[in-house]
Amino acid sequence: MPKPIDQYSWKELEPGFVVTEPGSAREYKTGDWRSTRPVWDDSKCNQCWLCWLYCPEAAVYQKEDGYFTANLEYCKGCGICAQECPRDAIKMVEER
Amino acid sequence: MKKRVGIEVSLAVAEAVGQCDVDVIAAYPITPQTHIVEHLSELVADGKLDAEFIPVESEHSAMSVCLGASAVGARTFTATAGPGLALMTEMVYCASSMRLPVVMVLVNRSLNSPLSIWNDYGDFMLIRDSGWIQIFVENGQEVYDHIFWAFRVGEDPEVLHPVMINMDGFILTHTIEPIEFWEEEMVKKYLPPFKPKYRLHPDQPITMGAFGPPEIYTECKMAQNQALLATMPIIERAWEELEQVCGRRYQAIETFYADSSPVLFLTTGSVGETAKIAVEELREEGEEVGLLSLRLWRPFPLENLKEKLKNAEILIVIDRILSYGGLGGPIASEVKNALYSQEKRPRVVNFIAGLASRDVQPDDFKQMLKQAKIKVEQGKEDEYEIYGVRG
Repeated sequence: MPKPIDQYSWKELEPGFVVTEPGSAREYKTGDWRSTRPVWDDSKCNQCWLCWLYCPEAAVYQKEDGYFTANLEYCKGCGICAQECPRDAIKMVEER
Repeated sequence: MKKRVGIEVSLAVAEAVGQCDVDVIAAYPITPQTHIVEHLSELVADGKLDAEFIPVESEHSAMSVCLGASAVGARTFTATAGPGLALMTEMVYCASSMRLPVVMVLVNRSLNSPLSIWNDYGDFMLIRDSGWIQIFVENGQEVYDHIFWAFRVGEDPEVLHPVMINMDGFILTHTIEPIEFWEEEMVKKYLPPFKPKYRLHPDQPITMGAFGPPEIYTECKMAQNQALLATMPIIERAWEELEQVCGRRYQAIETFYADSSPVLFLTTGSVGETAKIAVEELREEGEEVGLLSLRLWRPFPLENLKEKLKNAEILIVIDRILSYGGLGGPIASEVKNALYSQEKRPRVVNFIAGLASRDVQPDDFKQMLKQAKIKVEQGKEDEYEIYGVRG
């Protein structure tokens, strides 16, 4: 979407509210739902990519140093990465 | 020369759907809709209709399949009745808000309990606000003709709305009537191929039925409502052109001695034909009485109704269901709402009649007329009455 959804007039909507551009979900920032955030302990991480694979928002990414973190604009704090990490390298920490 | 054939109306409906060269039919059989989808299944199985017949496991799935089929650009049909519609209702609302021009014949059936397979508008109550274009029909020829009309209107690029034809269970579905069939050239002339504005295709990915948070939902509903209201001229034009093709003229509100009569009945569906017999007999007895038969429910023909009621003094509305604990029947409630702002308006008397196919005969209309006059004299017209109930 070329602009945020709260700026659309009803007259600008396509019939059936069809979204004509793929990938428009990136305009929708889900990070403000979060009450806990994932924090990685890189000393335990063996870069297996499972956190990246399981993240339902594709918010986990690999940093330049090879370890992982989450894009907090989209991370909902669901904790799936922490649950799936086989080396217990991710802790969910309360947002304050 | 057009063919006139004695045929069960359900079979005529299926034949019409076949003549429209439908691509996908998804349905679950339920009394009294069964013969429609059985015959469509036969047409496909016998190779007479080149379509996918998808026998689903429930009505919820039936409408879900219809949504998917319509979304990829297929001409899509389904039919259901009563409790089947109840199970389907969630997806019925999706069809209209996603602007997918599915055509559905709703064979009107009571809702349980007590268990009833018979005919009234209990099911219609569930989806009267669903945003589909909705009509009622009085007889077999009307439902046959309106299959072509429904695809024509729904698929119009300026419309793109699903269309529902309300058809009385058993009274119409299981009756053999003489039906004038359309020739192939007539269908070709009247019904162009379906060319959707958007369709799901891997070459051009789009999203249908997306998430709509509070920031956009209000705008979506405004757009949906405006689009449905804007269909009225196209609906009217489709009836005009249908007349040019087959010679029969349909109206949003059908009238019978309605112009100058101070007392009017208002009906929906097949009971209108019985009402006409009663009106003729009453007029022979000197009663100045006429009939309005409401064909178009959504979009609601508001200005048209006001115009037709401008000289009426008493309006007797026959509803075939009631809103329990509410203000009477849905048709009467809507009509009263339409008239409220009018300075001159008829007194509206509401009878609930014909529940679960309880017979409504011409004499019953005469009795309702008598009772309506008494109610108006006594100022008790606001008290709706369940007609003929044993005390």
